[in-house]
Amino acid sequence: MAKKTPEINASSNADIAFLLLAFFLATTTMNVDSGLFRRLPPYMENAEAPKVAKRNILQVLVNRNDQLSINGELADVSTVKQRTIEFILNTRNSKDKPSKKVVEIPLIGNTDVSNGIVSLQSDKSTSYAMYIAVQDQLTAAFHEMRNKRSNSQWGKDYDDLSDEQRTAINKAIPMNVSEAEPKNIKK
Amino acid sequence: MAKFKKDGKREVPAISTASLPDIVFMLLFFFMAATTMREVTLMVQNSMPEAEQTVKLEKKSLVSSIYVGRPTAQYQGSYGTQPKIQLNDYFANLQDINLFIQSERESRNEEDRNNLINNLKIDKDVTMGIVTDIKQELRKANSLRINYGARKKL
Repeated sequence: MAKKTPEINASSNADIAFLLLAFFLATTTMNVDSGLFRRLPPYMENAEAPKVAKRNILQVLVNRNDQLSINGELADVSTVKQRTIEFILNTRNSKDKPSKKVVEIPLIGNTDVSNGIVSLQSDKSTSYAMYIAVQDQLTAAFHEMRNKRSNSQWGKDYDDLSDEQRTAINKAIPMNVSEAEPKNIKK
Repeated sequence: MAKFKKDGKREVPAISTASLPDIVFMLLFFFMAATTMREVTLMVQNSMPEAEQTVKLEKKSLVSSIYVGRPTAQYQGSYGTQPKIQLNDYFANLQDINLFIQSERESRNEEDRNNLINNLKIDKDVTMGIVTDIKQELRKANSLRINYGARKKL
């Protein structure tokens, strides 16, 4: 008669599986890319810069020492957001801030749209960290304006809007940030 | 009156743990399938700057990454310490970007081709000169959707 082999204890199987599981948990990253999204202007051969009235431009310059100037005066990065909002909205309709044009936008109707353009210029030696800091401020500025607008229009945050509503808001407050070709800005 | 029996036959039988490994294996396979290992090995230093207004890139199939940074220690001997562009698994020059974009487009299906997002993963110590050159090349290649890679500031 053949001898019965005793059953192998399988209770350590779970431990082995747990070990593998822990290994995969530790080594893999649920890596989601994040960042600031932008759309570049199409490339044109020897395109000349369009002429824009001085009042419609907010000049933001970052030089090689990561110093920032707004319309020729030294400024701190953290002020960019506030300055941009004041510039674009021009609530007091002053003569040295951007003019406005009336545009008909679906869902909103006739509304004032600012002609303001933020001109961002950086030096070849500007650090990328500084550049991102400025871009971040600009994004924050436009996001805040759009948020306010959508709250007064529909009583909802910009992020909660439907796609059509969002495009309407984007048309009412267009993100006009122009990046000129980089120059070697002098100190 | 109830009688207390102490004959040992009424013990709760031990719960079988035989299916425990199966459950754990199931979890294991989930994690193996759901996570992706980094597909390119980084040859440049890549610590991205932080920003508050970051958005997540939802569609992974549309993203193609361009890495820029100083070569890591093991490549510094042969490539120097100046910031370099890395496409896929090799160091590239500015002129290679056009070709890279073409091949990235080829590898996507028809409807995704024009919605490609170039994820610029740029080290925070890099200067803007090289970044603008890349942007210029992307404009020439007519691939205009870009994402300045940045980590979310907490």
